[in-house]
Amino acid sequence: MRGLSEERKRALGRFLVIAIPFLWLGALFLAPFLIVAKISLSSAAVAIPPYEPLISWADDGALVLTLHVGNYKLIFSDPIYLIAYASSLRNAAVTVIFTLLLGFPLAYFIATRDQKWRAPLLLLVMLPFWTSFLIRVYAWIGILKPNGVINGALLWLGVIEKPLVILNNNFAVIVGMVYGYLPFMVLPLYAHLEKMDWSLLEAASDLGAKPFRVFRKVTLPLAAPGIVAGSLLVFIPAVGEYIVPALLGGPDTLTIGATLWNEFFSNRDWPVASTVAVALVALLVGPLLALQHHRTKGARP
Amino acid sequence: MKKSRTLLAGAVAVMISAAPAPAADAVLNIYNWNDYIAPDTVPAFEKATGIKVSYDLYDANETLEGKLSAGNSGYDIVVPTLVPFAARQIKAGFYQPLDKSKLSNYGHLDKGLLARMEAQDPGNDHLVPWLSAIVVMGYNVDKIKQIMPDAPLDSLRMVFDPKVVAKFKECGVSIMDSPTEVFPPALLWLGLNPDSKKPEDLKKAADLLKEIRSSVRRFDSSEYINALAAGDICLAWGYSSDLEVAKHRAMEAGKGVNISVVIPKEGAERYIDVLAVPKDAPHPEAALKFINFVMQPEEVAKTSSKVYAMSGNADAKPFVSPEAAADPVIFPSPEVEKTLYTITGADPAADRLRTRLWTEIKTGH
Repeated sequence: MRGLSEERKRALGRFLVIAIPFLWLGALFLAPFLIVAKISLSSAAVAIPPYEPLISWADDGALVLTLHVGNYKLIFSDPIYLIAYASSLRNAAVTVIFTLLLGFPLAYFIATRDQKWRAPLLLLVMLPFWTSFLIRVYAWIGILKPNGVINGALLWLGVIEKPLVILNNNFAVIVGMVYGYLPFMVLPLYAHLEKMDWSLLEAASDLGAKPFRVFRKVTLPLAAPGIVAGSLLVFIPAVGEYIVPALLGGPDTLTIGATLWNEFFSNRDWPVASTVAVALVALLVGPLLALQHHRTKGARP
Repeated sequence: MKKSRTLLAGAVAVMISAAPAPAADAVLNIYNWNDYIAPDTVPAFEKATGIKVSYDLYDANETLEGKLSAGNSGYDIVVPTLVPFAARQIKAGFYQPLDKSKLSNYGHLDKGLLARMEAQDPGNDHLVPWLSAIVVMGYNVDKIKQIMPDAPLDSLRMVFDPKVVAKFKECGVSIMDSPTEVFPPALLWLGLNPDSKKPEDLKKAADLLKEIRSSVRRFDSSEYINALAAGDICLAWGYSSDLEVAKHRAMEAGKGVNISVVIPKEGAERYIDVLAVPKDAPHPEAALKFINFVMQPEEVAKTSSKVYAMSGNADAKPFVSPEAAADPVIFPSPEVEKTLYTITGADPAADRLRTRLWTEIKTGH
């Protein structure tokens, strides 16, 4: 009897531990998303809030549900939205590649240091978080601008004759995004590399594998979950990045964030803005679910 | 699964705007433009009334309108531009009528201006004029003359003639990121009505803007103040008050950056920014006290001198600094004043077309 009630207690505890985060996700992620989805089926109005209600009473007392699917037609009929999606996805993908190229050696370096050095080195990776992201992006304006640190130094050294244009273009956006998202790549990579069984590398070397082959056949497969986790952690927020392109980007920097701003503020069309947001989620959730499905299937023997 | 949830959160977070929490009485939440009040006005008001002011900034009418559209913004005083913003916001029920019996300084306001505002605000029920300025150009005189000794310094050609503006590409051209402030001068330069909303006219203006587009380094509505003052750009299309701030910052910095602010001879847009109290303002009494406080001619004159804009107060000019009073951009001569125009609101379809064309101009798509 006693054992059974212990079992029950444990089940209840497990249920509570799982239910709380699910409640949190439901109330703060799912519910707002459904509100956005609802607004996307409405039409704009000059009022507070600036859209028509979906459900209204007709003159004859009938309850009328009006759904404007035209918003979805609009965002697929005008190429601007697809171009904005594509350029946001491309920027995010490039950011993932560079954060991976920079982050992997860094994480590898930290993970192979002596135990007492790892914590201080990791702290250095996280230290920038103590300053506001906005301030750090502004700092890049000071570094990249025509009278800025880089151009000043190169002009002084005589390497260049007139300032390089390295601000307000896509180059600056990628620099800012790689800088901003690097810790999100380093931390999961480090977590996986740190718990890797290093004797496997020794075994591979002992069996005659050259260092590159060891890396490709042993280190990389073992670090793969970390690479996937880090890439997703960088990619997902990078797609919706607004601050970096707004501050460091040039006039031709077209992102989904800027498109949303236009719909909200210039057109005062919350329904179309919501449609753009919902379509972005649909565009990303599909491939991610497929990836997840593939991974869980692949994990089973 | 969790990963896709985080993704939802990212998309949803865009929709949730943070509103200031309503506070106890004796507090006033002001939402104003950047660089748009004398630094000692708020402390003087706090000292005179004991009301604690929390002060917040924006750099575009669109931002203000977005916050007010959501409702419960928490702000007590906002400063929209009269047309088209405040005009349509009154129609949408954003603002509460002002109790003029509590505004003992109302008599100082410019009667001519109030009469003009009645077209948008019948009976002047909701709005009090704050400052009025012009959308103009500012440039780094030395750099411009060095590049183009015979530059048409007093003409829209500086910005809107593709051949002229192309010469300044290297030293940096900035144009306001606001179609409502850029389409009118483009239309005017083409010889069309600057207030036109006709699709064919807007498209012609867009074609012109696409031609000058490759010469423009940045479209932005507040960064250009510092960029021009620091010498990072040499030509800017912006608000006269902001450009004057840039000019004076450059003078104070003393690094030899010499800036001119010029009303194009072809004409320019005069705009009036007004004080208004949102319908759901948590502290309307404090808001009225503040409006009455800044309607004292001496008080608003300080702001007028500091931010280089004409005030809507008829009795303020004698108190304005001599330098500002003599500035022909702040107080244009009657002949120049005649060349200034105002624009009116557009219907949603024209707005959408203009925004779409603006994106096309900026991005090429």
